[in-house]
Amino acid sequence: MSDLRLRLIGALAVLIALSQLHRVEVALAALVLLLVGVTALRPGRDLWHRLLHVEGFVLILVLLLPLTVPGRPVAHVAGLAITAEGLVRAGLIACKVTSAALVLLAAFGRVEPIRLGAALHALGVPEALVRIFVLALRYLGLIRDEAGRLVDAMRLRGFRPGLNRHSWTSYGNLIGMLLLRALARAGRIEEAMRLRGFSGRFPHAALAPAVLSDKMALAALIAAALILTLVDRL
Amino acid sequence: MIPLLSLTGLTVARAGVPVLREAALQLFPRDRLAIVGPNGAGKTTLLRTIVGLEPVAAGRLVLFGQPCTTERDFRPLRPRIGFLFQDSDDQLFCPTVLEDVCFGPLNCGLSPAEAEARARETLDALGIGHLEGRVTHRLSGGEKRLVCLAGLLAMRPEVLLLDEPTNGVDAANGARLRTALAAFEGAMILVSHDEGFVAEIATRAMLIAGGRLSEAEIHVHPHMHVHPHLHPKA
Repeated sequence: MSDLRLRLIGALAVLIALSQLHRVEVALAALVLLLVGVTALRPGRDLWHRLLHVEGFVLILVLLLPLTVPGRPVAHVAGLAITAEGLVRAGLIACKVTSAALVLLAAFGRVEPIRLGAALHALGVPEALVRIFVLALRYLGLIRDEAGRLVDAMRLRGFRPGLNRHSWTSYGNLIGMLLLRALARAGRIEEAMRLRGFSGRFPHAALAPAVLSDKMALAALIAAALILTLVDRL
Repeated sequence: MIPLLSLTGLTVARAGVPVLREAALQLFPRDRLAIVGPNGAGKTTLLRTIVGLEPVAAGRLVLFGQPCTTERDFRPLRPRIGFLFQDSDDQLFCPTVLEDVCFGPLNCGLSPAEAEARARETLDALGIGHLEGRVTHRLSGGEKRLVCLAGLLAMRPEVLLLDEPTNGVDAANGARLRTALAAFEGAMILVSHDEGFVAEIATRAMLIAGGRLSEAEIHVHPHMHVHPHLHPKA
């Protein structure tokens, strides 16, 4: 789908369907289908790399849920019971989260933030939210670079992180300084925007109307989402 | 005489493109080496490589007689090298001047009281003792540069690496900077576009172009000298 507005609606429909799944086997089937589909689209390595970041969080859930969800114990680790219900819940959530991340990464991973902003605006998302989204993406890289250079400078002055008061104070100062700089930068950017005639509204160009093939693809996507929900509930 | 720093055939590449090609250089005690070259010639990369912030593709780097390849090799030697960044904001991260100057000495294992005494002494020697309680974020460009230098000198380094030290520094603080550097007894490598400053401070010079270092000669010759001055009206 080349039309970002329709892509947003389609992705949202699939995400809603995924989030409502109850059965682990259906969630697993959805994940496998998505993996096959996304691989067929031949995405770049960055997609898999980003997915790996998400899996880090999933791993924590998978490790904790079997120990914390009450139910029928199947094994014991260090005095804690691993429950069957916990294992099922962990599997379900892992499948859902991975599937949702795959949908988002495949649909929007390579899209320019400014185009995504324009599409969100065209769909009626409030101007302020769109602006926060677009500017945050634009400046995140700069702030990350700034943090990297500060950490380099700290290392050069002999800083070695440890579990002591000096380390915590130093990290506190680092975070405080980054916030302060970000705030000052935001002020300067706003002034520069005002000087170029900004009055609170981004001039978004009107988007071309959606083409028929995109509309049909959207209909197919929504149908797939509905079928997924039906299979889960029947 | 054993050189403080010795580089042989050092090549550094970024994304496969060499930014430093087979650089060779030796720095001896009391040497004041100026590195001169156009923007993007690899001057900053050279300084960053010396302190182990850039991965080396080929060649040999020896600091204080010890070959350095890994982070573990560089770490104990870094307090002996003071690196003054081009942008002071990348170096200052503590709320107040005194705290920032204390950071290095604290990393070297001094007690808080000793670190404060060392910091005050260094600030006084630079003629900026009056800044100690000021917020680093609100200093002028020249004051920031001097505070950064104080943060390095407080660690009693044997070598200073200076990346465009006079950039964005006003006349009064520039004079303080020159006095402090002239009084510094260790060796230094100086990267600068400020030819007057280079001629005043440096004892040796090298040229860098397209990532290649070559020996150069500093010579002084008289010039017919004209430049505009601003004075208050009588």
